[in-house]
Amino acid sequence: MKTVFTRPESLTDMPMHYCPGCTHGIVHRLVAEIIDEMDVYERALGVAPVGCSVFIYNYMDIDMYQAAHGRAPAVATGIKRVLPDRLVFTYQGDGDAAAIGTGELVHAAARGEKITVIFINNAVYAMTGGQMAPTTLLGQKTTTTPFGRDAAANGMPVKVCEMLAPLDGSAYLARVAVNNPKNVLAAKKAIRKAFDVQMSGAGFTMVEVLSACPTNWGLSPLEALKWLEEKMIPYYPLGEYKTPATEVQP
Amino acid sequence: MAKILMKGNEAIGEGAVRAGCRYFFGYPITPQSELPHYLAKRMPEVGGTYLQSESETAAANMVFGAAGAGARVMTSSSGPGISLMQEGISYIAGAELPCVIVNMIRGGPGLGNIAPAQSDYFQAVKGGGHGDYRLICLAPASVQEIIDLMQDAFDLADKYRNPVMLLADGVLGQMMEPVELGEEKEITVPDRPWAATGRKKGGPKRLINSLYIVPEECEKHNLKLGEKYAIIAREEQRWEEYRLDDAKMVVVAFGTCARICKAAVDSARAEGMAVGLIRPITVWPFPNDVFAGVKETANNFLVVEMNMGQMIEDVRLAVSDARPVHFYGRVGGMLPVARDVLNEIRKLYDGGAAK
Repeated sequence: MKTVFTRPESLTDMPMHYCPGCTHGIVHRLVAEIIDEMDVYERALGVAPVGCSVFIYNYMDIDMYQAAHGRAPAVATGIKRVLPDRLVFTYQGDGDAAAIGTGELVHAAARGEKITVIFINNAVYAMTGGQMAPTTLLGQKTTTTPFGRDAAANGMPVKVCEMLAPLDGSAYLARVAVNNPKNVLAAKKAIRKAFDVQMSGAGFTMVEVLSACPTNWGLSPLEALKWLEEKMIPYYPLGEYKTPATEVQP
Repeated sequence: MAKILMKGNEAIGEGAVRAGCRYFFGYPITPQSELPHYLAKRMPEVGGTYLQSESETAAANMVFGAAGAGARVMTSSSGPGISLMQEGISYIAGAELPCVIVNMIRGGPGLGNIAPAQSDYFQAVKGGGHGDYRLICLAPASVQEIIDLMQDAFDLADKYRNPVMLLADGVLGQMMEPVELGEEKEITVPDRPWAATGRKKGGPKRLINSLYIVPEECEKHNLKLGEKYAIIAREEQRWEEYRLDDAKMVVVAFGTCARICKAAVDSARAEGMAVGLIRPITVWPFPNDVFAGVKETANNFLVVEMNMGQMIEDVRLAVSDARPVHFYGRVGGMLPVARDVLNEIRKLYDGGAAK
């Protein structure tokens, strides 16, 4: 019988703990598929964050690290400086990367650190109970913005790709979404490109993935995908924000 | 081999390089600046990496990554920066990663000042960061001893898969002394099969981690760490004894303070007082063993520190409060002078000897 669909070799068979409708599983799978396709299983090293996706270290079959909250880019810097020929990626949520770990993220990009940040933007702190994140949209209700995020009281949402784009050290920055099959394929293409750019030595790379959190958004999985499309994408436009001057060959 | 003049901070750098350290991550702070200056030049000469981080928080976490990847790695700072590193140090201890952390202690609390102090003793030996963990803490008292201890620092870190802290102060860091570097040895860094360097297909998965979400497993992890700390406490105590043989009064001091106290002990001896000195070289593990005998023969103890009295708690535990333990200290970046220590000895010696 011909196999038409199987688990990537770089993914373990451990059942994921994520809520129904959560898109972490999709992104984990994309990363694993790409590691398989690039044939870098033995050279890939991942850094898990603090947040819902902390247990990515159980789901990826490769050697992994678990970093302190927000410090994954610093940990990845240490790894990559010691092992410059490895593919080193971090997997971080928006609280991790855009709030407590802003310093580590910005300076890894500024130094042109040859790592890839997979940045999951779901507009909320999910693991701790749906608090406001730096990426929470204006008007969005969370457990700490019960009347909706207010610009005067809570400030404006942070656009991370746009923030990092002016830094000369960042070589590839893209924002993708995983709300429909077309966008999932585009997300995979972007992550592959980020990994290729990293391995070319061009500099810092990041893919921001707009993701759904039905549990903390208080929506059904389908409603959540719709909300992502109608509310998040207009504020966080998809596309490539930085590409290397010379095209990188995979 | 000829002796050369070196600053303490430079000696740490050279000692680290000679011990096989090839990675340094750090953020500028006084009074340890000569160390990053030295390594920024020296690391490239030996194919190593010097990287200036954006903060001490980041530096400690870069150390976490580099150590997890199997490197001999070091960072350095002073009080305020060491406070910022506590997060990373706790994770490093939890994940059982070997590394060396230098603290050139300065006056505190808060921004304090940049003058020498020993006020980070509690932070270094009692924890500092969150959770139950221990640092092996080495406290050199001369530039030569720094050179000699750096190799041990890295070896101890590897032997126990534990962070090692070198505790010193601005006097030691910035003072120049003649040192003998010795022959450069071929360094064999021990194998680190646990390092996460890329999983071989079919090979074991390596995970650099301090998370144990199941309480039963986290307890087991803590107990395992506890067993390791118990072995270190038993096996790795180091100290120097100075004129201790017939001492009726024993001065206890570490680092720079101990040098000052030696002069006071000599003066006291010249005045006919039987005074000796114990200088802990490891402040964790605290050298309890030496006190076991001494507490039977000495009448009293005088602890001299450049803080408000921190190590004195460990001395009281070491002598089980069987003898009076007195304290003399200078703080805020001030140094005790030998004459004042001698005056303390004179005040306390008679009372103790009379009993």
